[in-house]
Amino acid sequence: MIPLSYYLILSGVLFAIGMAGVLLRRNAVAVLLSVEIMLNSANLNLVAFSRYIAPEQASGQMFALFVMAIGAAEVAVGLALILMIYRNLQSVNLDQFNIFKW
Amino acid sequence: MNYLSLIVLLPVLSFILLIVFGKKLGDKAAYLSIAAVGAAFGLSVKALLDVMGGAHADLSFTWLTVGNLKLTFGLLLDPLAGMMLVVVTFVSLLVQLFSVGYMHGDKRYGWFYACLSMFTASMLLLVVSPNFVQMYMAWEGVGLFSYLLVGFWFEKRSASDAAKKAFMVTRVGDLGFGIGLIILFITAGTLDMSQVFAMKFAPETASLIAILFFFGAIGKSAQFPLHVWLPDAMEGPTPVSALIHAATMVAAGVYLVARAYPLFEQGPAAMEFVAIIGTITAFMAATIALTATDIKKILAYSTVSQLGYMMMGLGVGAFAAGTFHLMNHAFFKALLFLGAGSVIHAVHSQEIFDMGGLSRKMKITSLTFVIGGLALAGIPPFSGFWSKDEILLGAFESGHTAIFAIGLLTALFTAFYTFRLIFVVFFGKPRGHHGDHVHESPAVMAVPLMLLAALALTSGLLGSPFMGNAYQSFILGGHGEAEHHINYLVMGLSIGVAVLGIFGAWLKYSTSLLPSNVMSKNNIIYQLLVNKYYIDEIYEFTLVKPTHAIARYVLIFDQRVIDGAVNGVAWVVARIGGSLKYLQTGYAQNYALVMVISVVVLIIWSFRAIQLF
Repeated sequence: MIPLSYYLILSGVLFAIGMAGVLLRRNAVAVLLSVEIMLNSANLNLVAFSRYIAPEQASGQMFALFVMAIGAAEVAVGLALILMIYRNLQSVNLDQFNIFKW
Repeated sequence: MNYLSLIVLLPVLSFILLIVFGKKLGDKAAYLSIAAVGAAFGLSVKALLDVMGGAHADLSFTWLTVGNLKLTFGLLLDPLAGMMLVVVTFVSLLVQLFSVGYMHGDKRYGWFYACLSMFTASMLLLVVSPNFVQMYMAWEGVGLFSYLLVGFWFEKRSASDAAKKAFMVTRVGDLGFGIGLIILFITAGTLDMSQVFAMKFAPETASLIAILFFFGAIGKSAQFPLHVWLPDAMEGPTPVSALIHAATMVAAGVYLVARAYPLFEQGPAAMEFVAIIGTITAFMAATIALTATDIKKILAYSTVSQLGYMMMGLGVGAFAAGTFHLMNHAFFKALLFLGAGSVIHAVHSQEIFDMGGLSRKMKITSLTFVIGGLALAGIPPFSGFWSKDEILLGAFESGHTAIFAIGLLTALFTAFYTFRLIFVVFFGKPRGHHGDHVHESPAVMAVPLMLLAALALTSGLLGSPFMGNAYQSFILGGHGEAEHHINYLVMGLSIGVAVLGIFGAWLKYSTSLLPSNVMSKNNIIYQLLVNKYYIDEIYEFTLVKPTHAIARYVLIFDQRVIDGAVNGVAWVVARIGGSLKYLQTGYAQNYALVMVISVVVLIIWSFRAIQLF
């Protein structure tokens, strides 16, 4: 069996990739995709822990399912927001979107 | 005696209903208020009859307890209260009836009746108070609603000024009353009248408390030197003046002295003080009335003068005479004011030298007015004679010769100015330009006049020897014998000066027998009187101007220092915020970056704290 640490390292790498995408990408759709990568790295973590610590209960898998459902909902909202930004700015570049400013 | 509370509550109920529905009711607002006060009048008559039958009520319940101070709320019914209940509700009823005609078409009609109702209710509450705290509350209620009613036409600058003046001047007196209450509570430990009156005080203490109470009465009953508000209060609608002058407002001060009479009797100095202030007031106001030319102002000064008479009576120990004059005065002064209202309604002027010859056009008004005038001047058998004579008799018999002499002189002036008014307004040739459209007032205004005239004719007889001094024995209620002996000297003098005054007025104003330069207007005395002894001016220079001057400096302090400190704090906060706002870039990713860095720092910091690495 593959050791638990392999899964955790993979999960950490995925999380770092996702976070880098969130912080650095200009394109709002890419940011949203990066968020999904972060979510899935967390899912991987949950499933791995569940498998290694309490294999008979499968509670980590249940968590992962919930996270996916919520992620789907979040994408729906996020895409709607991006659509609105696009309609207003004719662009989805986040560096043009600074109306939070004073 | 449960109906007693209804006497007070019915007008309160009418007040509440009128506040809520007054606008919707429109013209019908008056009926609601009149019905309430009418019912209260009926119950008051029943109360008076019960008192005559020997009933006595002193009910109270504990209202609130603070430390060792226990405040009660309740009802008191004794002869004095019974008499006042009837007077207040009756005059109020007639005034409200009269107002149906007088205030017709006013845009705040409902509000007017609401105020009248509550004004009456406050006075009724004051009358039935069995303790001084409740009385003080009602006292302030009377003050508040008189303020609202005097300033009823507040669009007029002079009316709102007069209302403020009335409120503030009476407040000066109320302060004394309030301090008196505190001292009474400290010395007696209770504010319940029946307990206080059963106690024995040192004469100095009793005098001090009584004089402080009397300060309240000086303000409310317009005694010298706080009388200045009452003539100005003429700015209110005339029915309100009638109510203020006859039954509700100014009667409160006299009622307070009469109510706290056991306390006054224990302090001889207080009694002297009351008598002297009353005498000064009576004389001074009567002389001012000699030169006034505004019909309502003449009556106003006459009220001040008559209130001084009542205080004089109470001060020299003629308790029954003082309260008797209060009752008689309520009837004939209400009559005179409503009569004046009727005249003003017809002529649309208040200047007596704009009128003249009205007796041909306004028969009912002039007849009733003359009856009221005779009562005021003190001609027998009209009511004013009996009570005024008794007051003079009281002063004479208690050895206050100077007060007696000034009282007589005042009676002379009273007769003179009353008939000066009557001869100028109702007789002689028409003056001014009111022309032919002068007409008698409608029945709703005339009927109250006739009812009051009937009372001005008869109410005095209750206390006359013809009816065995029924009033005196009733009001003294057994204790204190209604001793009475007719002093023909005093009676003769009193009638003599009244007749002399009327004759003088006739000579001067109704005939051309006197050369017109008699009583020239260029001497010092005339100037003194027409300027009301310059009392308003004295107040202006000694109180109002210095207060304004101080206020200006305080204003500068407020604007520079206090406002400066507050605005300074706000300015500092605004400047800091203004500088820090540039930290906000508005880019969501920057915020996310800050968040991530912060989380990382937190994790590292907490791991170090538990020494993971």
